[in-house]
Amino acid sequence: MNRYTILVYTENFIGILNRITIIFTRRGINIDALTASESRLDGIHKITIEVTVTPEQIIHLVKQIDKIVDVIKTYHFTDSEVVYQEIALYKLPTESLDPGLEKVIRQFNAHIIAAEKEFVVIEFTGHKEDTQALLEILKPFNLLEFSRSGRVAIAKPKFSVQEYLNNQT
Amino acid sequence: MIRGADIVVKSLIAENSEYIFGYPGGAIMPVYDALYDYSDQIKHVLTRHEQGAIHAAQGYARVSGKVGVVLVTSGPGATNLITGLADAQIDSTPLVCITGQVAAHLLGSDAFQETDVVGLSMPGTKWNIQVRKVEDIAPAIAKAFHIARTGRPGPVLVDITKNAQVEFGDFNYVPCLGVRSYRPYVTIDKKAILDAASLINEAKKPYLLFGQGVVLAKAEAELRAFLDKTGIPAACTLLGSGALPQDHPMYVGKLGMHGNYAPNLLTNQCDVLIAVGMRFDDRVTGDLKRYAKQAKVIHLELDPAEIDKNVKATVAIQGDCKDSLSQLTEAVKPSFHPEWMKRFRELENEEKKAVYANDLHGTHGGLHMGEVIRLINQFKEDDAILVTDVGQHQMIAWRYFDFKQTRTQVTSGGLGTMGFALPAALGAQLHDYNRQVICVVGDGGIQMTIQELGTIMQTKAPVKVVLLNNNYLGMVRQWQQLFFDKRYSFTELENPDFIKIAEAYSFKATKVTDRDELESAVAEMLLHKGPYFLEVVVEKEDNVFPMIATGCSVEEVRLS
Repeated sequence: MNRYTILVYTENFIGILNRITIIFTRRGINIDALTASESRLDGIHKITIEVTVTPEQIIHLVKQIDKIVDVIKTYHFTDSEVVYQEIALYKLPTESLDPGLEKVIRQFNAHIIAAEKEFVVIEFTGHKEDTQALLEILKPFNLLEFSRSGRVAIAKPKFSVQEYLNNQT
Repeated sequence: MIRGADIVVKSLIAENSEYIFGYPGGAIMPVYDALYDYSDQIKHVLTRHEQGAIHAAQGYARVSGKVGVVLVTSGPGATNLITGLADAQIDSTPLVCITGQVAAHLLGSDAFQETDVVGLSMPGTKWNIQVRKVEDIAPAIAKAFHIARTGRPGPVLVDITKNAQVEFGDFNYVPCLGVRSYRPYVTIDKKAILDAASLINEAKKPYLLFGQGVVLAKAEAELRAFLDKTGIPAACTLLGSGALPQDHPMYVGKLGMHGNYAPNLLTNQCDVLIAVGMRFDDRVTGDLKRYAKQAKVIHLELDPAEIDKNVKATVAIQGDCKDSLSQLTEAVKPSFHPEWMKRFRELENEEKKAVYANDLHGTHGGLHMGEVIRLINQFKEDDAILVTDVGQHQMIAWRYFDFKQTRTQVTSGGLGTMGFALPAALGAQLHDYNRQVICVVGDGGIQMTIQELGTIMQTKAPVKVVLLNNNYLGMVRQWQQLFFDKRYSFTELENPDFIKIAEAYSFKATKVTDRDELESAVAEMLLHKGPYFLEVVVEKEDNVFPMIATGCSVEEVRLS
């Protein structure tokens, strides 16, 4: 089993996300994380899916996703082929702010992005292992809430969806 | 400006749809109201259940090669399509299904007969869409037809809210010629053709398997040309039957769990396996770990998702097999393989001795299903269409029916939908009233959609229904006998008087129990002008052989 990032470029069409996720559901495969947003190209959405499967399964999944009528193009990459980040937010009671916490924030190069009377919110981006490590450290500081995004990724190999679209046969 | 409902009907007419198979209801009533004015331009067939409508559309599509059209209401009307959608999806049948939907402002409110049919039908459609505005109706229908009929065909569903049907809009039908995210055809890779040709040229024991892809690509002539040049033995899948006439010298029989002996057994002896327009279904391959492991595999397939899905291809040729077959024929050297072909014929003779003799020429005891098919062959026209349901009768009819032309078989292959045959036969018959449509069904399956006898009565479609009655769910019973220690758990049926039912629906009906009466009954049926219902009481506990049991290898095909 390997960890893969699937990048799906789609039309902005109602239900497209459902069509993609049922491909995983039907095969009993869990999606580790999923992020969807508009891409650089007008009207084209980019969906980033993180999944842990076998090399055979990833090929099969990508073909099934690519078969969806409103999917423009699907790519898949191993972790070493993508630059990726995840963002994590940590909510802590303001009274936990002490020199120990300050040291942790400096070490991780994390940021306090909101400070209220009752609580502060710390933001940190990195790989899951990094955000997880900070989570473990912050737990003893009376962590109130934690939220982590799915992966966003940029592929290292060169490809162009625009070029693909231009080459209409 | 015309009403959205008129736009729906005019769009279907613009797509040259000949028939709509449907059933009215609240959320689709505006379209039905519009239909009233276009009966000179498009025919509507009122089935007795929405499942009947979609199976009829499938039968029509499979025989005609055109897109089948279905029109139903929201809620239960829409959910009753689900089985047919799943069936058409797995068997690549082009359909456009239009469902009514509650008005847009009621969506998500649990309104009367509201159901999320777009969500429900997603896994069973090639594409689907909900239309909530009148101006989106014609473009959605145009796109639906394009997607349904191109590439690997499939069912498409267009859900139209009631407000869109009653709003007024401009009608200017623009057929859809392409969708930028959807590329149904690709250019054939020349290198793949050359690689495949060199494998074929060096092969000592090449073997070709063909499926429905040949029919869908209209590549029957190209398949023949390839076989004529190479002399390669060729076997068909269930849905590939008819793509090559069975009297063609290279035709060696049928593949799969109840296919022929030689084609299954010799799969594990060939050196190059050429698969054309087929998807290596588990009913064809048996245990994949022991399937054609010795062979180099060449796969000609339009759908890239089918390549390497079940069987890894040594050379994959993606694209329409009409193109790839003709390019491959150009690239290969003429050859013939008499010794290898002889091996098929030897095993065929073994099967004939062990199985055919008893199946086709019974002399005592109960009638065998095969005897009925033998007599049908004797009296049928060359272009007669066989429609079957699912079970023992399906396998026996497929095994013994003499397929002479393409698109002469309609059956539920991938999904195995009992109840498919009767409405599918109606749809097949409506395509051409002058052709013989022979609907072979079991006593289990016919009762799943028996109400469609009423639709046949109303349309006067001269369908010949052949009920092979063993008072059992025969295929399940066969498995219970062979694999479940003869524990016949809930497979025996207490059946009604089918002849009375058929007569109530104005069929000419005959019941045969004796071997002596069978020949004249089959002859009479096939000469009869109108709908005919022939019930044949057959041996209760016959089994279908050859058989590859679940989990077994193709070389473990058994004759008894």
